[in-house]
Amino acid sequence: MAIKRRDLLKLGGLTLIGTAASAAVGGVYTKPQEALKGSRWALAIDVVKCKENRATCGLKCVEVCHSLHNVPSIPDKKKEIKWIWEEKFEHAFPEHEANYYLNEKLHDTPFLLLCNHCDNPPCVRVCPTKATFKREDGIVMMDYHRCIGCRFCMAACPYGARSFNWIDPRPFIAKVNPEYPSRMKGVVEKCTLCYERIAEGKIPACVEACPAKAIVFGDLKNPNDEINKILKERIAIRRKEELTTYPSVFYLIG
Amino acid sequence: MIEKALTGSKKYWLWLAFLGTLIFIGFLCYLLQWKIGLGITGMSRDVSWGFYIANFTFLVGVAASAVMVVLPYYWHNYKDFGKITVLGEFLAISAVLMCMLFIFVDLGQPNRVLNVLRYPTPNSVFFFDACVLSGYLLLNLLCGWTVLHAEYKGTKYPSWLKPFIYLAILWAPSIHIVTAFIYQGIPGRHFWLTAIMAPRFLASAFSAGPALIIILALLLKRVANFDAGQKAIQTLAKIVTYAFVLNLLFFFFEVFTAFYSGIQSHQAPIKYLFAGLHGHAEWVPFMWASYILAFIALILLVIPATRKNETTLAVACLSVFIAAWIDKGIGLITGGYTPTPFETITPYRPTLPEIGIAIGIWALGFFVLTILYKIALGVKESKELRVKYQGVLIKK
Ligand code: SF4
Ligand code: SF4
Repeated sequence: MAIKRRDLLKLGGLTLIGTAASAAVGGVYTKPQEALKGSRWALAIDVVKCKENRATCGLKCVEVCHSLHNVPSIPDKKKEIKWIWEEKFEHAFPEHEANYYLNEKLHDTPFLLLCNHCDNPPCVRVCPTKATFKREDGIVMMDYHRCIGCRFCMAACPYGARSFNWIDPRPFIAKVNPEYPSRMKGVVEKCTLCYERIAEGKIPACVEACPAKAIVFGDLKNPNDEINKILKERIAIRRKEELTTYPSVFYLIG
Repeated sequence: MIEKALTGSKKYWLWLAFLGTLIFIGFLCYLLQWKIGLGITGMSRDVSWGFYIANFTFLVGVAASAVMVVLPYYWHNYKDFGKITVLGEFLAISAVLMCMLFIFVDLGQPNRVLNVLRYPTPNSVFFFDACVLSGYLLLNLLCGWTVLHAEYKGTKYPSWLKPFIYLAILWAPSIHIVTAFIYQGIPGRHFWLTAIMAPRFLASAFSAGPALIIILALLLKRVANFDAGQKAIQTLAKIVTYAFVLNLLFFFFEVFTAFYSGIQSHQAPIKYLFAGLHGHAEWVPFMWASYILAFIALILLVIPATRKNETTLAVACLSVFIAAWIDKGIGLITGGYTPTPFETITPYRPTLPEIGIAIGIWALGFFVLTILYKIALGVKESKELRVKYQGVLIKK
């Protein structure tokens, strides 16, 4: 463990003092951070830009997300945990793969995969404890403290977006980020669209980290949002649309 | 009544000791899993259910199948099932017990199992499964025990029990239907997303379960001097036959749908299981063994002469049981997870500790079953003696 209990207490103490101080001065000196407001958060991933920069970017999005959220790097592929990762077109869109001639130019193109924060999420439907639930703004959440580890949600997610902690993940975290909880064995986890950053008025970490600005974050229900403009102009596809889970992750392919 | 379980031959105690050893080994394996986590199993990110859930699914069928002896006896007043009925009810009890244990050992956070009741979630099929399973356990305990107790006292079971008996009969298929719905209602898993899943479950249950009862009845005849009656066994054999034919037919329907439609994603799991896919053929020998056994069983069951012969009937029932176990236990789960959502293949193989835990649970089920049967047969035996006292002949 990189962080000791004492340090944690100190951190907690500091925050307390900080809160007290800002309360005392009545918020004149410290501007309160406001949460981003949206009714249906979504991502648009520009596959073209992503591919162009892939050689040099070093998958910054994955790196930042995983280190920020204490995602362990477990060497055993079968037990690995991932929130956002890269997959070839033919694995990301197996149903399009059959249409070989049409999609020839997309072959071997890297696609970033993550939880789609589906509008009609099967993982939420099947969870027996509401440990997986959908927020008003469309984010599909995970409550690690309630999850019983039945893995029904993993069977139900048609996108393979969920990971299970087969063993204690903590020894596999290179550097613990004390600001985000690490998980225990026996629970499911996945991308939660940086809900904790959105609450502080920040955009998701992967969006911020991408040097090519290939990922756009926005509110689908807000007509003035940039994401809607982009979706109107470009050709976008979503994974397994035929299942009508309505993913909130769009891939701009043209 | 319980005292009947405390006296027995040397063989009885040896058998219990043997089962006890297996339970203990299973328990040790579980301690390991408790400490390290489900990582000791062969399951993976891609195949996140394995041996435990497979055995659970199979045993739900065994539990539900008790209805096949209970229903004719109580509903149609089919007297010939009089002696075998309690065997069915007690089999259901131990099978449900095993089901619950298999779910329990499959949980990543077993100490939170009560969350299912603390946060009831009616949109989750799991919630209903937990409800119907525990309800079924209670109903069978109540009915089996009360009926046997009445017999022990030499009276007929009380009339207030009737509604519960009927409820138990209606309840039985529900446990299997709800379990089928766990699979049947999930998008993107082509092998499971089929409306015939629940009927398939029922057909395989109503063949494998009664097949086990026949095997047990034939066994008891040899080791415990208990004869369930030729007629009861033959009627049950016919039930096995019809249900098994339906079961095979249903499978054929699945194959037809997948292959005649030409939809490749529906064919892939079947190809993987029976021929191998992308160079992966882990379960091909098992699946073929299952269907060869099924074929043998079919022939032995359909021909009246072999069905009436106790030896060939036993072979047929054993084949039905093993074939259904492989089909449910291996085919259903791995077929559902293969190919993965990325159209890749991640092979699943249960590990030794995983198998150890599973054997431990089976042993526990048979331990409970042995004790329950010992009590039941003890009661029946003593009653039979008395009947013969009051009659003309005093035997034994
Ligand atoms: S991608 Fe999977 S885990 Fe994410 S919301 Fe959709 S079904 Fe749930
Ligand atoms: S593993 Fe956890 S999140 Fe998934 S369905 Fe079970 S309780 Fe819900």
